[in-house]
Amino acid sequence: MANIESALLDLGYLDTLAARDTIIHRLDPRVKVLTAVLFALCVVSFDKYVIAAMLPFALFLSLIMGLGGIPAHYVLKKLVLVSPFALLLGLLNPFLDQQTLLYLGPIPISGGWLSFLSILLRFCLTVGAMLTLIATTSFNGVCMALEKMGMPKIFAVQLLLLYRYIFVLIAEGQRMYRARALRSFQGRGADMKTFGHLIGGLLLRTLDRAQRIHLAMLCRGFDGTIHTRRAPRVTARDILLLALSCCLLLGMRRYDCSLLLGQLLTGFVQ
Amino acid sequence: MSHHIVEVQDLTYTYPDGTDAVRGISFRIHHGESVAVVGANGAGKSTLLLHLNGYLTPQSGKVRIGDFPLTKATLRDIRRTVGMVFQDPDDQLFMPTVFEDVAFGPMNLGLPQDEVAQRVQEALARVGVEHLKERPPYKLSGGEKRAVSIATVLAMSPDILVMDEPSSNLDPRARRTLIELLAGFQHTKIIATHDLDMVLDLCPRTIVIREGRVMADGPTRAIFENNQLLAESHLEKPLRMQACPVCCRHSG
Repeated sequence: MANIESALLDLGYLDTLAARDTIIHRLDPRVKVLTAVLFALCVVSFDKYVIAAMLPFALFLSLIMGLGGIPAHYVLKKLVLVSPFALLLGLLNPFLDQQTLLYLGPIPISGGWLSFLSILLRFCLTVGAMLTLIATTSFNGVCMALEKMGMPKIFAVQLLLLYRYIFVLIAEGQRMYRARALRSFQGRGADMKTFGHLIGGLLLRTLDRAQRIHLAMLCRGFDGTIHTRRAPRVTARDILLLALSCCLLLGMRRYDCSLLLGQLLTGFVQ
Repeated sequence: MSHHIVEVQDLTYTYPDGTDAVRGISFRIHHGESVAVVGANGAGKSTLLLHLNGYLTPQSGKVRIGDFPLTKATLRDIRRTVGMVFQDPDDQLFMPTVFEDVAFGPMNLGLPQDEVAQRVQEALARVGVEHLKERPPYKLSGGEKRAVSIATVLAMSPDILVMDEPSSNLDPRARRTLIELLAGFQHTKIIATHDLDMVLDLCPRTIVIREGRVMADGPTRAIFENNQLLAESHLEKPLRMQACPVCCRHSG
């Protein structure tokens, strides 16, 4: 539990990263959102046994992370934290699909293992891309971009409020958890029933808070629409970079660069 | 201007669960006055405050703010006139950055962008936290959050400030800064609090509430001298008006 707590609180670090000023940070949020979406679509649309063709995408992502000054160990830690979902998803593949597809030296590799690795790689690339997007754009920037691109305002506001209050909610939950832990000796009182009460209490507190926030909004003339800050204009440079990265991504999706590079090298050697 | 009057007449309010929170409160606060509302926990202070900006509508009795009686039709004007600072700044600061939060009210008033920016700037400067403009509210300290909450209200340029426990959860220095800040405001101020020492500093007039009724309404000094009244209302003399235990021991 302590691990999950600190990992969630670590979310705040994303904001610190997003406050930096690098070439990637200065790009328009919309450009980054579109690129990230295209990146994810390209990665997930690969055939299920593909691994090598995805590696250029990893290179692309690390290049952006490098330019944006995002520490790799931070992203890796986050990936490890959420990896159980992907592991669970692909866990049965090696058992279900035992047909040997290729030999790595003398070792036969089954299709199941390949697809398992492929799932893991896709997972790392897409989640890594999203983390990089938020760490270079800030959550608010992403919301603003999505709204500009036509997402209904109400969703944007929901997301913004969710992000604003997740920290308050975590702190509140943490205090309740600590209060229980301090009075449950040798794990007594740690059963599902107390847990249920804890969650119920948290829900009631949340409802109370929601009411107070609504009241605070009403006091300042809230009439149903939230006016978020206007996004800056897209510059020609932004569009150029977007076009460039789209071409690059689609190119990497269309042609297997690893294979081409391999052929080139072997041809060169011969 | 002489019309920033807050007038409450025979106000009663019963919550849906049957709690009689307010049972006939009347008072009249004039322009520029600074008034403390004190009383035990559950005496009805918060319920009273919620009436002053129209979140609750009187079940019986009347509330008048300035020139308007409090009704559905005047709600908008009243909310602009009365600035409400909540007890928990986390409830008040809901936007992603300090700037956007302070801009929330002026934007809702429909002001043009540059005027909004100017108002935000002025409000933040008034409470001395311009440097926090781009920060997300959850990363601020308690004192900073409180200052920003006050700025969010100032940006609406209200005539009347209503505050619920403004000095709670502040360290002594942040509390002192807050008191100095509030002392500099020309607004009509209504402050609900348990911090009677702050009341001595800020409010010449005090209203004592007990079980939903006004127990006393008068000059702060006179009320704090009345030991019996204070005891009945679950209050204590402000520390500054009590004999110093250290000095007493030395001299006696």
